Amino acid sequence: MRENANQNQWKFYSGVLLKALALFIIVSFFLAFLYPFESIGKVSAYNNLFPGRTRLPYGDDPSKSYNLSLFNLAAMFASHRIAAGPKPDSEFRVILIGDSSAWGYLLPPNDTLTAQLNSKQMILRDGRELKFYNLGYPVMSLTKDLVILSEAMRYQPDMGIWLVTLESFPNDKQLYPALLQQNPNKIRALIHDYELDLSPEDPALIDGNVSLRTIAAARRELADLVRLQLYGVLWSATGIDHYIPEIFPTKQEDLAADLKFHIWEAPPFDSSELAFDILRAGHDVAASIPIWIINEPIFISSGENSDIRYNFYYPRWAYDGYRQMMQAQSVISSWHYSDFWDVVPPEEFTNTAVHLSPYGTSILVDAISSALPELLYQNK
Amino acid sequence: MNFENILVISGITILLVWITPARWHKWVILVSSILALFWLQPSTPIRNLDFWFPLASISIVVLVWAMTRVPNEDGSRANLITTGVIIGIILLISLTRYAGPLCCITPTRPPQMRYILTAIVGIGFLLLFVFRYFSGHRYALAVVLLMLIFIFIILKADPFAKFASEAIRTLTKQNTNLASPFDLRWLGFSYLAFRLIHTLRDRQHGKLPSLTLKEYISYALFYPSLTAGPIDRVQRFVKDYRQPIGSRKSNTLQGGQRVLLGMFKKFVIADALALIALSPQNASQTTSTPWLWVLLYAYALRIYFDFAGYTDIAIGLGNLHGIALPENFARPYLKPNITSFWNSWHITLAQWFRAYFFNPLTRSMHKSKMNYPSWLTILIGQLSTMLLIGLWHGISWNFAVWGLWHGIGLFAHNRWLSWTRQRISPLEQKPVLSMGLKIGGWFITFNYIALGWVWFALPSPELAASVFQQLFSS
Repeated sequence: MRENANQNQWKFYSGVLLKALALFIIVSFFLAFLYPFESIGKVSAYNNLFPGRTRLPYGDDPSKSYNLSLFNLAAMFASHRIAAGPKPDSEFRVILIGDSSAWGYLLPPNDTLTAQLNSKQMILRDGRELKFYNLGYPVMSLTKDLVILSEAMRYQPDMGIWLVTLESFPNDKQLYPALLQQNPNKIRALIHDYELDLSPEDPALIDGNVSLRTIAAARRELADLVRLQLYGVLWSATGIDHYIPEIFPTKQEDLAADLKFHIWEAPPFDSSELAFDILRAGHDVAASIPIWIINEPIFISSGENSDIRYNFYYPRWAYDGYRQMMQAQSVISSWHYSDFWDVVPPEEFTNTAVHLSPYGTSILVDAISSALPELLYQNK
Repeated sequence: MNFENILVISGITILLVWITPARWHKWVILVSSILALFWLQPSTPIRNLDFWFPLASISIVVLVWAMTRVPNEDGSRANLITTGVIIGIILLISLTRYAGPLCCITPTRPPQMRYILTAIVGIGFLLLFVFRYFSGHRYALAVVLLMLIFIFIILKADPFAKFASEAIRTLTKQNTNLASPFDLRWLGFSYLAFRLIHTLRDRQHGKLPSLTLKEYISYALFYPSLTAGPIDRVQRFVKDYRQPIGSRKSNTLQGGQRVLLGMFKKFVIADALALIALSPQNASQTTSTPWLWVLLYAYALRIYFDFAGYTDIAIGLGNLHGIALPENFARPYLKPNITSFWNSWHITLAQWFRAYFFNPLTRSMHKSKMNYPSWLTILIGQLSTMLLIGLWHGISWNFAVWGLWHGIGLFAHNRWLSWTRQRISPLEQKPVLSMGLKIGGWFITFNYIALGWVWFALPSPELAASVFQQLFSS
C-alpha cells in the first residue's frame, strides 16, 4: 500500500519536474527569440508607487546609493520623472544631456545643475514654466549622449542643453561605455540613420546570440530590473540616489609634464579624430527643437606643470585647439554654442577636473540662466 | 550557509543517500557532519582558528558525551570504532595542508601535523580522565554546563570576545591591535551549546537515554541543523535515527521539495527584502513616516523569510536522511496574540527556554516560602526568559531591550486574558464580534512585534529612539 503511494508520489513529482522543464525551455526560447526586455523595462513602479527619479539610474555602490547601473534604456527612462505622464501645457520642457558633470556626480539630487535651474522657476513670456530634466549619465562619450537624446525625444522636449567636454570627443572613446556596448541595435540604427563615422561591426558592440538571450543568460538583466524597482522604496523613503563619501580624493593639482592627449602627442590637433559628426547627428535627431551646446567648465590647475596642462585630462595645446575647433564648427554649422570653460573658479571642483561643488554648480546655473532668455527668443 | 554551500550539500547528500547501502547510512551521517563542520566554518583572521574551532566543537561534544553517558557495556567497542573514525577524518582533513591548491575542506590551510597530533593526544588523555573519573558526576555536569555558558558569554559579548581574540593573537604571535570580536566566528556554537545543555540537564534529571558516541555526535553535530537550528531533542532525534532510513524516493521527494522551498524563501524573498529592510544606515536617512513603516515591515518579513527559509532547508536536508527535524515556524505573523506568536516563532528555541529556564524558575517561585503572587511569578518568569532569549542573539543593550519588549508583551497578554476571560467570553459566541476580536488581536500583535524589531535591527539607542519618534510623528 505504502509502496504504491510512494510510486504515485514519485510519478506525480516526476511529471511536475518534466512539465516544469518543458515550460522552462519554452519560456527560454520565447525570451531568446522575442527578447522583450525593452517592453519589460517599460513596466515600472516609478511614477506610480514611487516618485520618478530626478536623474537616470547610476550607482557605484548600490547598497549605499540605493541606485544601480543597468543597461536597459527603457527601464532607465521609465524610472525617471520625465516619464511621469504627458507634458502639461504649462511646461516648457528642457532636457540636459552630458557626462557625470551634468548628472551631478558627488552632488545630492537637490544640488544638481537641473535642480538648481528648476529652483530659479523661470517663466517664458507666454506663461510656460521652464522645467529642466537631468538626462546626464556619468560616462564621457558623445555617442552615449546621442543615444540618450534619441530616447528622450519621445518625451516631447522643447529644448535640449548638451554639456560637452573634449574628453567625450575622441573617436576611440565613442563606444567604450558598457551602456552602448549592451545596446548594439540602437547604436547600429543611429549609425545607419545619421551616417555616423562609426563601424556597425565594431567588436565593442556585444551581440547576444540565442544562447546569450535565454532566461539563464539574461538573469543578471532580469535581476537588475527587479533591483531597480526595489530601490524605489529607498529612493522614496530617503530621497538618496547617490552615495557621497565624507572624504574623497580631490582633483589632481600637480600634473605630469606630459603633452599627450589620447593618440595625439603634440600640435597640430587633427579634428578628423574628434566626433563632431555626433554633434551634427544630435541636431538632426532633435529636428526642430533647439539644441544648445555648452562647453562645460573645467578645473584650471595652478600646480606643478600647469603651464603644460590645464588639468589631469587636458594638455593646454589640445584643449585650446579643441575650443577653437568647437567655435569654428558652431559658426559653420549654425549651432547655438556657449563656451563656459573657465566660469567656475578652481576651488569649486571636487574630485575631478569636471565635477563641480554645489556652489560651483550655482555659478554655472547663473551663467546658463543669464544666457538662456536671449537664446530662447532668438530662436523664436 | 550560502547558495553554493546549500547546492553542494544537497547534491552530495542525495548522492550519498542513493549510492551507499542502508546499513552504512549512520556512518554517512557521522562522516558528513564532521566534514561539514570543517567545510562550513568561516575563515577568521586568526591563524588556523578555522581548524581549531571545529576540532573544539568535536572535543566538547565528546567531552559532554563522556560526562553524560549512561554506562552501557555493549557499546564500548562501537564507541572505540567511532573514536577511531573521527580521529581518522580529522587526520585526513589535516593532510589537506599538503594538498596545496587542491585543499578544499577548511577555508585556510590546516595547521602543521605535529600540532594537530599533540592536540588530539592531549584531548584524548583529558577525555579518558573524564570518562574514568567524572562520568555522570553531578558536580562535574554542573561544571561543564557552566563552562558552556562561559564560552557562550565570551563569544556573544563584544568586549570579552575582543579580549579573547587578543589573547589568542598573543599565542599565535599576531598583531593584537587588530583584534576584533568578529575574529571569533565559531560555526554553530550557539545551537551546539543548546543541544549539549539540554542533554546535561536531562542527564541530571535522569531523563537521558543511553546513547552511543556515534548517536550522540550525530545528534549534536547533525549538519543540516548545524548553523541555524532547529534545536532538536535528543530523545526525538534518536527515535528517527535508530529507524531504518525508509524509502529513498519518498525522502528525496519530500526533502528536495522542502530544500527548494527554503531556498526560494531565503534567496528570492528574504534577499530581495533585505535590499529595502530597515537598517542602521537607512533608518537615519529616511525622511518619510509612511515609508519608514514600509522599511520596518520589510525588515519583519525579511527576518521571517530568512530564518524560515534556512529552517526549511535544514528540515529538507534532514528528510533526505529520513530524519524529521522539528518545525520551527508555524505562520507566526498570522497569530492573534503574542503568546501564540511565541508558540509559532522559533518554536524549538522557545520550547528549550520554557523547559530549562521558565518552568524550573516559576516552579521554584511557586514552591518558595516567599509566597509570591502568581502575577509576579509570571512577570519575573516571562521577563527573565525573554531577556535571556534576547541576549542569546548577542550580549548588548538592544537585544536586551528587544527581549524585555516581548516579555512585557507576553505579561500584558497574560493579564489581558485573565481580565477578559469572564467579560469577553460571551461576546466570542457572536461570529462577527469574534472575528473582529481576532482581526484586532492580529493587527495589534503584528505591529507590536514589528515595532520590537526596531530594537533588534538598530544597535544604537539614540537611533532606535529617533525611529520610534518618527514612526509616530504626524
